[in-house]
Amino acid sequence: MKKILQLQEVKVIAKKQTLLDVPEFTLQQGDLLGVIGPNGAGKSTLLKVLSFLQAPNEGRVVYKGEEKHANTLSLDIRRRFAVAMQQPLLFDTNVQQNVVLGLKLRKENKKIINEKVDYWLNKFQIDHLAKKNALSLSGGEAQRVNLARALILEPEVLFLDEPFSALDFPTKAQLIQDLKEILNDTSTTTFFVSHDLLEIKHLTKSLAVIMNGNVEQIGYTKEVIDQPNQAVAPFLNKWKELYTL
Amino acid sequence: MNLFIEGILKAIEMILSGDREIFKITYTTLQVCLTAIFISTLIGIPFGVFLGLNSFPGKKIVLVFVNIGMGLPPVVAGLYITMLLWRSGPLGHLGLLYTTHAIVIAQVLVSLPIIIGLTSAAFQQMDSKMLMQIKALGATRFQKVGLLLRETKLAIMAAIMAGLGRVLAEVGAAMMVGGNIKGDTRILTTSMVMEVSQGNFDVAIALSFILMTLAFIITFILTSLQQRKQLV
Repeated sequence: MKKILQLQEVKVIAKKQTLLDVPEFTLQQGDLLGVIGPNGAGKSTLLKVLSFLQAPNEGRVVYKGEEKHANTLSLDIRRRFAVAMQQPLLFDTNVQQNVVLGLKLRKENKKIINEKVDYWLNKFQIDHLAKKNALSLSGGEAQRVNLARALILEPEVLFLDEPFSALDFPTKAQLIQDLKEILNDTSTTTFFVSHDLLEIKHLTKSLAVIMNGNVEQIGYTKEVIDQPNQAVAPFLNKWKELYTL
Repeated sequence: MNLFIEGILKAIEMILSGDREIFKITYTTLQVCLTAIFISTLIGIPFGVFLGLNSFPGKKIVLVFVNIGMGLPPVVAGLYITMLLWRSGPLGHLGLLYTTHAIVIAQVLVSLPIIIGLTSAAFQQMDSKMLMQIKALGATRFQKVGLLLRETKLAIMAAIMAGLGRVLAEVGAAMMVGGNIKGDTRILTTSMVMEVSQGNFDVAIALSFILMTLAFIITFILTSLQQRKQLV
């Protein structure tokens, strides 16, 4: 697999506190990488640095072998990625306009936009909501719109920051199932932040565990869960105990 | 009670008879107020957006001055503009005192802080995650501001309407810098003050009806724009 994104000696420091300290990290093309860790471990910071939304205080972010900086010049790279956050953060307009927003910002051809929007509204089963105001949707519907808005961009890397955490279980289970099928179909490289091991286990191929700003273990999801190292075992074992209930 | 009825009848009579002076005063009022609010909006919104979105040393001080400006008494504004434009003043050579341009300057001075202050507050209130999401969607800086303006449209239009209210109601500064010259710098508010001082309540009431009607029409248009369903 090709390396699409790499971090080298990256540090993020805020108010004299190290939020992220990653000597080496690689995201492989085609991977579906889960990132798990306790609250405040640095998961979202790692996502922001990798997606060029935040510049690290130290170190390098390498995109396809070339060092890049998260400033205005990185717009070109940011436009190759898509991010769906925990809150859907939709705009006060209808569902269709929300879904096509990223394409419009890229000044995409109208005909292509129309073709793509029909496809993705249908894919996420929200075509019946196309003309509905996005702010009047239920949590599950809004998150489908959020994901459609990200995937319509056909990103090189899809960044997901706990997109299911505010959903009830049946809604979450259905959406995870639907998303898994879509990601398998599209082979989109995905970086999926979650604090829920169930979601991670179901959706990802590989897993990174982050604790106190450090990536403590990374490997195939099953291997990391079955054979956690000393640093991550207490955290992962708590989850395992919970599942056996 | 008679005074009110007489005033209403006088207003109807003045409007229906096509009184040239009334039309001139109304036209000047519209011209001055709309120019002032246009300039204030043109300067105030970008400045408010800048203040709302950026952090820089001394921002708090700037905000304090903007907020003080929101409550600036028009007569104070009028006094300083008069001094500036006075024949021997620093800008006296421009010959602007007792012209409609001077009234526009005074009205910009009193409405600009309102538009800046309310726009900046609307932008400061934006969820930081929304700002991040807009960036993640691949927006350029201009596109980002455009999207945020659309999202804060209600507040921005409210800021413009508040500024317009201030401009339409303003009398002290307009009197001072405009001089209430018949056929030239006389506007509805200064004219009303003059008519009341002369005991012509019926004419003053008639002028107040015209002013209220203008305020209603302009605010109605702005409110319709504010409440219009938006599409990106």
